[in-house]
Amino acid sequence: MSVLIIAEHDNKSLKPATLNTVTAATQIDAEVHMLVVGFECQTVVEQASQVAGVTKVLVADNAAYEHQLAENVSKLIVDVAEGYGHILAPATTTGKNTLPRVAALLNVAQLSDVIKVESADTFVRPIYAGNAIATVKTTDAVKVLTVRATGFDAAASSGGSAERQVLSQVINSERSRFVKEQLAETDRPELTAANVIISGGRGMGNGDNFKLLEGVADKLGAAIGASRAAVDAGFVPNDLQVGQTGKTVAPDLYIAVGISGAIQHLAGMKDSKVIVAINKDEDAPIFQVADYGLVADLFDAVPELEKSL
Amino acid sequence: MKILVSVKRVIDYNVKVRVKSDHTAVDLTNVKMSMNPFCEIAVEEAIRLKEKGVASEVVVVSVGSKSCQETLRTAMALGADRAIQVEAEDGLDSLSVAKLIAKVAQEEAADLVIMGKQAIDSDNNQTGQMVAALLDYPQATFASEVVIENGEAQVTREIDGGLQTLAITLPAVVTTDLRLNEPRFASLPNIMKAKKKPLDVKTPADLGVEVGSNVSIVSVTPPPQRAGGIKVGSVAELVDKLKNEAKVVS
Repeated sequence: MSVLIIAEHDNKSLKPATLNTVTAATQIDAEVHMLVVGFECQTVVEQASQVAGVTKVLVADNAAYEHQLAENVSKLIVDVAEGYGHILAPATTTGKNTLPRVAALLNVAQLSDVIKVESADTFVRPIYAGNAIATVKTTDAVKVLTVRATGFDAAASSGGSAERQVLSQVINSERSRFVKEQLAETDRPELTAANVIISGGRGMGNGDNFKLLEGVADKLGAAIGASRAAVDAGFVPNDLQVGQTGKTVAPDLYIAVGISGAIQHLAGMKDSKVIVAINKDEDAPIFQVADYGLVADLFDAVPELEKSL
Repeated sequence: MKILVSVKRVIDYNVKVRVKSDHTAVDLTNVKMSMNPFCEIAVEEAIRLKEKGVASEVVVVSVGSKSCQETLRTAMALGADRAIQVEAEDGLDSLSVAKLIAKVAQEEAADLVIMGKQAIDSDNNQTGQMVAALLDYPQATFASEVVIENGEAQVTREIDGGLQTLAITLPAVVTTDLRLNEPRFASLPNIMKAKKKPLDVKTPADLGVEVGSNVSIVSVTPPPQRAGGIKVGSVAELVDKLKNEAKVVS
């Protein structure tokens, strides 16, 4: 039975989390197909066909799919689901929006945030904000999974040459309509794809002070993140949030500035390769996970760090 | 307009989670339990819609053992009008819960179902989407703003990279994200009043739903511990370590 992956994209490019999902899929079965649902998404289809390990790309290109509304995409997936033993999507807000709908329509369970494939029916996923790790086995005929990108290496984006199949089904719900989108304009890498992340917490004091982090981020090519406390305090928008209720990241270097280290935050970043903590409270729990801790006032340390890089 | 809100009783947000020594589950004995934080936000949003005159009734539902009646009373102390407990074992799978809530939504003819985006125990983030699918309702997940107008909900959603606004026709399902609102605290008079509000108990059989799942837990283990590192004395030392020891900065 082959594996179907739902490609994550914005009609212009294939998002990196898709590549990690391909790796998870290849650990389940050698036959890996990718479904690209979108509108005028030809470039995405090109990129999808070249991903190493993908043997076939299914394409549904129609105005009805421009914003990948869950109502439409879920029914399309169910329409093509026959013959697949597994349906996978990256555990992004898009995947999490759509895949439970697919599972319910197929009358099967959905496993969220899979971080490891034990076998074709047994998977590992974090629960309780990563404070416990569950290994679960499913005997459902179709196994529907969202895959956490940080759990798997990215598949090579080139080297493949998948055949293509165009789908003609058009599913267009009258009851859900796209109104608008406000996406943060930034030249920085996406949080979940960045090699270096510098995050600020409540200790930043206010939103303006996050500019301090930008200098360091510019020098390191880093993404900027935040703790839930900083988001709750209104310093920065929620899409910067790293943690149980935000994004899960695992960069090579994570610099936590003015972050105390609540378990909910640690859940989102503790798999980072190297963790640096800068905090003036030497008892802050963040120091228990940091490889390098600096007890200092961030307003002195961060500018100095920027200068010395 | 009638709103149905689902609430889940979970381990309290601030409790340190411990895995049982036989690695079968998380230890919940003598642990403080509370309403799931995202469900609190859902209750709050429903009550605000009622206070604005948009909703006429707020019904709250929970699936679980008798102890979840406590969570339902909390929701009523916050302002929900009445409650339904669907009597079932605690920790039922998402699809079974979704089937039960979908059936209640149908029986109640709810115009809007508001649910938390995820429970902080199983971290699944799927029940709301499943309820919507089972009822063939439109959905708006991860909401940070909800405006009801002309039989439609205009919902701003927290998505990766920013915000998206959708217009969905009622009846519909909305799931809450953190910034939707700041839940209130229940006052003592309201806690007393909530004890007198109606609470119905139903079984899955009453609702004509068969519960069960093909997913079984093989093991639950503590996460690998991260060994703590060292403290550095200065920014210069930090930069030196990052360059020459960890080699993550060039």
